[in-house]
Formats: sequence, C-alpha cells, structure tokens
Amino acid sequence: MTETTPQKRGVPLWVQIVIWVFLVGLLALVGVILSKRQQGTVQPGDKIPDFTLPLFSGYEYEGKSEVKLSDLQGKLVVLNFWASWCKPCEQEAAELEEAWEFYEPGGEVVFLGADYVDTEPEARAYLKKFGITYSNGPDMGTKISQMFRIRGVPETYFIDQNGVLYYVKIGPFLSVDEIKSIVAQKLP
Amino acid sequence: MFAEFGYGVLLVSFIVAIYSGVAAVYGAVNKSAPLVESARRAMLLTFPLISIAAAALIYLLVTNRYEVAFVYEVTSRSMPTYLKITAWWGGQAGSLVFWSWLLAVFTSAVTLRKWDRDIEFLPWVIMVSAITLTFFLGMSIFFENPFARFWLVDGNVLPSMFAPANATVFTPQDGQGLNPLLRHPGMVIHPPMLYLGFVSFVIPYAFAMAALITGRTDDRWIRITRRWSLWAWLFLSFGLVLGGRWAYDVLGWGGYWGWDPVEIAAFMPWLTGTAFLHSVMIQEKRGLLKHWNMILVILTYALVIFGTFLTRSGVLSSVHAFANSPIGPFFMGFVTLTLVASVALVIWRWPILRSETEMKSMLSREALFLLNNLLFMSILVVCFWGVIFPLISELFTGAKVTVGPPFYERATAPLFSSLLFLMAVAPLSAWGHSTLQTLGKAIWKSTVAALVVTVAFYFTYTQNIGALVGFFLIALVLFATVHEFWRGTRARQKAQGENFLTALSRLMERNRRRYGGYIIHISMALMAIGILGIEIFQKETQGTLAAGEQLNIAGYTVEYRELASWDNQGEGVNYTRAVVDVYENGIYLGQLNPRIDYYFDSQQNMTIPGQRSTLRDDLYILLVDWQPVSTIGATFKIYVNPLVNWLWIGSLLFLAGVIFAAWPDRDPSEEPARRSVARDSRQPSAAD
Amino acid sequence: MNFAFGKNYLRITFYALLFTILTFAATTVFAQDDTPTDDEVNAIAKQLYCPVCENTPLDVCPTEACRQWRELIRTQLSQGMTEAEIKQYFVDNYGARVLAEPPRTGLNWLVYLLPPAIILLGAVFLFRSFREWTRSSQAETGPGGERSETSSPSKDDYVARLEEELKNRK
Repeated sequence: MTETTPQKRGVPLWVQIVIWVFLVGLLALVGVILSKRQQGTVQPGDKIPDFTLPLFSGYEYEGKSEVKLSDLQGKLVVLNFWASWCKPCEQEAAELEEAWEFYEPGGEVVFLGADYVDTEPEARAYLKKFGITYSNGPDMGTKISQMFRIRGVPETYFIDQNGVLYYVKIGPFLSVDEIKSIVAQKLP
Repeated sequence: MFAEFGYGVLLVSFIVAIYSGVAAVYGAVNKSAPLVESARRAMLLTFPLISIAAAALIYLLVTNRYEVAFVYEVTSRSMPTYLKITAWWGGQAGSLVFWSWLLAVFTSAVTLRKWDRDIEFLPWVIMVSAITLTFFLGMSIFFENPFARFWLVDGNVLPSMFAPANATVFTPQDGQGLNPLLRHPGMVIHPPMLYLGFVSFVIPYAFAMAALITGRTDDRWIRITRRWSLWAWLFLSFGLVLGGRWAYDVLGWGGYWGWDPVEIAAFMPWLTGTAFLHSVMIQEKRGLLKHWNMILVILTYALVIFGTFLTRSGVLSSVHAFANSPIGPFFMGFVTLTLVASVALVIWRWPILRSETEMKSMLSREALFLLNNLLFMSILVVCFWGVIFPLISELFTGAKVTVGPPFYERATAPLFSSLLFLMAVAPLSAWGHSTLQTLGKAIWKSTVAALVVTVAFYFTYTQNIGALVGFFLIALVLFATVHEFWRGTRARQKAQGENFLTALSRLMERNRRRYGGYIIHISMALMAIGILGIEIFQKETQGTLAAGEQLNIAGYTVEYRELASWDNQGEGVNYTRAVVDVYENGIYLGQLNPRIDYYFDSQQNMTIPGQRSTLRDDLYILLVDWQPVSTIGATFKIYVNPLVNWLWIGSLLFLAGVIFAAWPDRDPSEEPARRSVARDSRQPSAAD
Repeated sequence: MNFAFGKNYLRITFYALLFTILTFAATTVFAQDDTPTDDEVNAIAKQLYCPVCENTPLDVCPTEACRQWRELIRTQLSQGMTEAEIKQYFVDNYGARVLAEPPRTGLNWLVYLLPPAIILLGAVFLFRSFREWTRSSQAETGPGGERSETSSPSKDDYVARLEEELKNRK
C-alpha cells in the first residue's frame, strides 16, 4: 500500500522476499501434510520406531506393567488396535484370542492389543466378554496410533523379528486361518 | 449407456475448454480478433456441453442406476425424487461437476456482455476462466469421475470408467443413500449457494488478472466487476447463513456456528470480500488504494481455492470434509499455479498501479474504511492462523491439537465490536475530510439514545458488562443508521415537497448502493443481537425423565408426556418422537416434539429438536436418549437461546439489503458504470 | 425505628443461617449419595472434544463412544476428581486434541502470540501510512488548511447539496 509514491516504484526487495518465503512455506506445509494424508498407514518394509505400551493390570506382559517394542527383539509381534466402542472389532476378537492361544506355547509370537481412545471400565468389560488373555493396554495420548498413522479400528500390524513391519491388515480378520497364514510367513 | 455418454460429453467439454484458453492467449498475443472470437465461442459452448453431462448424471441418479458408483453412494430407492436430484452435489464427484457447471454458467454470462470498450480484457478473462474450468473438469475426468461404474472382476468389485478385462457390470440392489444430514431442505440449498458465491468470485479475479496482464489498470476493471462482486458476496453470505440455520435445525448442538475449520474456510473469503466491497468505494470516489483492491480481489479468490483445496483434499478433517480423496496432488498443483501466478503478476505490475489523490484526514471516510479493512484483515489473520496452526503442530511436534471456539471467540470479539463501532461512525464521516467536531456533531444524538437503551437494559435485562457494551454498540449502529435515513428523507421532503414515503423511496432508489449498504448495516446489527444473545445468555440443562416428570430452566417447565417409535418403511426411516408439554411460569404454552430419526440405509441418527421460537428466546429441546423396551424414561437436553431469532430476522433483511444494492438501476439506456461515477462524484458527503 | 431494625436484622440473620445450613446439608448429602447430574457432567464435557470424531464437543456428540466418555466423567466426578484433574486425565489418555484450545506450552504459544503480533504490525503500518499521507497532502494544500474548511460540510451544506443534486437528477 505505498499509495503516496509519486514516481513509479516497485515492491521493495525485502517485501518480495517475505512474500515469497511465506508463500513457499505455506505451500510446503500443506504439501507435506497432504503427502502424509495420502501415504496412509506405515508401510510394510518400514522399520518401526520403538514405543512403549502401558498395560492393564491382569493383562501384563511377563509380569511387567508395560511393554517395549525393543524388548521384543527376536519375536514376531502382532499389534492389534481396537476399542470397546468399535463394532467391527468384536467380529475378530474371538479369532485373535484363538490365534494367540495357538502361538502362546511356542513363545515365538507376541500378541499386543492397543486400546485406542477408550475408557478403562468398558475396555475391561470388552476383554472379559471375549475372554482375551494376551497383553493389552491403553494407547496413552494416541501416541502409538499416531505413529502408525492408523485410519481407524480395527487395524493389525505384523512386525517381524527384526522390528520391521511386514504386513498391515485394515479391518477385521475373517478367520483364524487368515491370521495364522500371515504369521506363518515369517515363522521359520 | 448414459454413463459413457455423460463421460464422453465431459471429455469433449474438457477439450473445448482447453482449446478456448489456448486460442484466447494465442489470439491476444498475435492480435488476431477472429481467434479470440473463436475462443469466446468455445467458452460459450462449454455451458450447453456441461449441462448435457449434468443432465445425464441426474438421469442416472433419478433412475436408480446403482451400477454407477456415485449413484450408489448418494442415493437409495427410498429417497424421494427431489432428493435424488439434489444428491448431485451430495458427494465429492457430483459436486465437482456441479462446480464446473456453475463456472460455465458464469463464464458464459460474462463472455456474452458487450465488450466494445474493454476488448483487450476479453482474451485474458477467457484464459483465466478456461484454466479454472479445465482444472475442475480435469478433476472429474481423471480423479473423481461421477460416471464410473462397478465391475465384477474375479469376484472382486471395483469402480472404473472403462470395462476391465473379463469384467461384467455389477449392479447393487440398492444404494447407500444420502447422508441424512444432507436431506434437510436447508442443506439442499446451502451448498449451491455457497458454491455460487465461491464460483462467482472467479469473474472479478479474471478481470483483475486481465487488468494486470494488459497493464490497463485504471478503474475500468473494478467498475465492470463491482456488481459481480456484490452478487458473489450475496451468494456467499447467504450460503453461510443457510449453513448456520441448517446446523441449528439439524446438528442438534443448540448452536449455528462451531468454528469448524471448514466453516472458517468458507468464512475467510467472505471477510476479504466484505473488506473489498468497502475499500472499492474508496477507489471509485477518491482514486486511492488501487493496489489494495487488486490484492483483496486476488486474496478472496485465492482463499476460495485454497479453502476448497483444504477441505476437499483431506488435508483438513472435519464434519464437513470430504473423505480422503485422490484429487489432492492435482488440486495442489492448481493452488500453487493460482497463488504463484497471482503474486508474481501483482509484483510485476506494482509500479503502474498508482494512486491519484492523497489522504487528507485520519477521520475522513476513506481513512475509516481503511480501519475497517484492517479489522477485517485482523479477523482473517486469526481465522487463517487458527486453521493452519494444527497442521504446523502436527508436522513439527507430531501432536494433533484442536483450535476451537474459545480461541476464536476471545480473539475476534474485540475485533467484531470495533467493526460495530465503525459501522456506526463511518457512514457519518465525509469523503476527504472530517474532524472530531463534525463527527461528534453528527453522532451525539444517536450516542445519547444508545446510552439510554443501554441503561434500560442494565435495569431490566442484564448486568453483564460485555453484553452491555455489545448492546450499546448495536443500539448505536441502529440509531445512527436510521438517523441517516431520516435526515436524507427530511432534506428531500423540504426540497421537493414530497410526502415522507415518496421522499424515502426516491432517496433510496437514487443511491441504491449506499442505502442498500445501510440496510445491510442494520441487518448486521440485528444479527449481532442474536449472536450476543446465544453467546452470552445461552442456558442449558439435561435430565432423564419418566412420564409426568419435569425439568425446569429459565422460567420454562418441560413435562415429559409420552414417546412413540415407529418405522416408515417407504422412506426407510425409524422415527422416535417424544411429546412434551411446555409451561412458562405455570402457564401452558403448548406441546413440542423432539425426535430422533434413524435412517436404515446409512445407519445414521438425526436429532431433530423441538423448537419454540419467539423474539425473546428459543426453547430448543433435544431427545438425547430413550429406553427402547419400556419407552418410559427419556433423556432430554434443553437449551434456552435468548434473542437468537434476531439472527434469522437480520439475515432476511440482509438478503433484502444486498438485492436492493445490487439491483440494476432503472434507466438501462445509460451505461451503469459510467453513470454511477458521474453521480458519485457529486454525492453529498452526508455529514454535518 | 431502632427496634424495627434490630428485629429485621435478627430475622435476616436467622434466614441466612437457615439458608447456610440447608445448602450445606444439601451439598453434603449430594456429595455422598447422588451421582453427579447430567448438567454437571456436561459442564465439563462441553470443554472437551470427542477424541475420535472431528471437531465435535463431547457434550453434544451423539456416538456411543462419547456416551461412554460422559459416563467416565460422571464416575470421575463422583470419585471427587476436580475439573482440572479430569481434563488432565483426558489429555494424558487421548492426547491434547481433546482440549478446545492448544495447551499453553512450547510451540503452542505461537497460536496465541502470532495473530496479535501481526495485527499490531498491520495497525502500526496503517497508522504510519496515514501520517505520511496526511502530511504530504497538507504540504500540497499548504498550511492553514483553507481547503479543509470548505470541504468540511455544515448542516446547511448537506441540505444544499442534496437539493442541488435533486434538481440535476430529476
């Protein structure tokens, strides 16, 4: 708004720089967010950063009240995101438990349930209702689900013995065999 | 058949739009009038073409062709025909075609005007329109094709335009049905109004670009687009208000505006558009602010495109947003092109956008208009930052945050109050010059009257300081503006010997824009009453009642009578309707029926409030929950929303004001733009 | 007079005492027996956002999950948790997005500081431009401002101009 300039004068260089920096910054920001939205969940082949899942009492992992991914090195991890208010989760709850009971004696596979934005009483009622015995805990502050960029619940992530994601299941499993066949891919 | 046909027509219009843009530029560069004319005709052709494609789409919608993915997504057999038609803009794919169609309507209309004096603008206006149209058609053709059908391939169903190998068409039995929230009459017209507002801002923008490219930056382009902007602004404003009304009636949270990012995305162009409508007057009357007006027009359009991008690409998530969509990167490209080209052009042409006169007084009307612009821009900064910040937070800290109503309300309340104050003062100031003395003389009567009203409110209605300040400002606007009407009419009466009504109507007709503007100011003050009422005085209570039990709130007593639940198979809805008696201070007022509608096809609930609306307050009852087995107990949430009706009354008056202001002047023989200039320069400054 | 005052005074004290006792009794009874009312729950839910839906305050969110959260607030209230504690619990469990505004920490300060800063900058810029414009225009018209007198319209001027215009425009 340099209205008073009597002679023809351009936009001062520093103003131009500020404008372009602002514009490029804005576009870059939106572009990065857009690509984040488009890429969806973490992809198979990605190394999963370490995370800590606190556990509900009664659903501890080897007696500890929290579990760290890095402590599970050498084991295959099946990480299931669920919530008590989630109807489709109920479809697969029994299947997950059955698969867990199948693998539990071998000690090569760990099942983890991450309870996504839920209330503890309802979550416990849900776990009890479906007789779930594997380790379960709340995804505090949605930190883990944000790390995995989950789109919703249920979603299940299969992490191999080296901490690398190798399979993502969006939506409920249809059968125990489906779970077993995915686990079997990485079991010797 | 119709699907392929519709798609084919879209494809043809896409090619025609590209041709039109290329021919226009080529013609302009080579100074070839026939080529520009050819571009113009091509542009005109897009309108019937897209109309045909749209007709094909509507035909598919009303004839239940569920093999078409879009038809499956937004309609179902139980929907009445009119809803099947309006489902056209009920989903991403269809609404993009709707955009293109509106765009074609406007660009055709603008290419049909008389161009003799402005022929150098024509190719560039066509170019900008053609690029925009090409882009929107491209999104329909390549990414969000409303004509794509379901195909059965090896037991999997996938949507595609063209038949994959060994595929057969798959036709679902019934569609998913339109989101019940979108079945409300308000929602039927709210999006088209908003889109109309969005799309019509492309015309002023195209002219601004043309002015920059040709270097003909006198007032001409502004004169041409002024009325356009006013209509665009009308549609945008009305779309916003309708959205508010729809939220109030359907969303069941007792309010009309939730500071949701998508709402704000639609509100931001309104802010710059409003600022433009004010500052454009300074350019017309005083030759000032050419740069600024150019920036405002470009900013308005940029915000339209940017906001649409944010909400449609899935960058922002909200109740209004469309689900994650493949158009993101393509749209991002278009946004980048628009922003970069606009900014570069403005910087390039900055030196020739010179002003003719100087500012004379800080209290002159132009100075106050600039202050008004500063306030609108400040609200814009707050809104823009509130929308963008969660993205920054997500990117840099990984934490999602909400920027919600408390932030916006705290930040904008003083700004809106200052705007009210300016609304009272600025119309009394003079172009070119005013002093505190002249202004004070003009406003003291209104101030005294407003103070009297405020004191009366203090003793009868509220002791809340914020509310009293608000009421004072509103009263000041009302008195000062009505006083302006009064003074003008009296003066005319004296001079012409007309009776009061004749004098008033002639006065207003003679300067539609000014008095239309004053009507809009009055309507804004009325709307402010409603906003103040619901913001500061809203009361709510909730309780679970057995039949015969009561809830009390703000002098009202609500007694639960009975509840019935039944299916309407024809429409695919289950209604649960409660009957409550309403008493005020023991006097029976009548029955209200809050309801829950459950839609089978989309498995969604709608909470329809029982409303009793008066000028003093709205009683707004929601059925929150009920016991399905016994239907004995039911939970109600009750709001008392004082004064909110004034918001809707103000909106209607607002509509009248804008139409009055934008209505073409009576005498068509004279060229409107020129005449208004001649007239305006002799305008009395309306101050004493 | 004095007597009447004293009597009144006594009566007032009596009522005040009665009122205090009653309300005290009421609150203690309430705290022990009654579960918190819907209104008390909503008063807190209103300030929180549904963690799974977009931009929906918890008090008006119709989903089953939100109903559970409201019940959670009710339980927490009956356990004697304060409003601040409940909000903190929600932030810890579901992330900062449940708050209607970003908490005032770290980077989030930007959200509160940037708009006022920009607005202030705009105001300063506008004010300085004003000064520049008025100064340069005064320099043109010369000191004394004879022009300003003529261009400051009086009441008579208003009528006169309007009349003139009416004549010309009939």
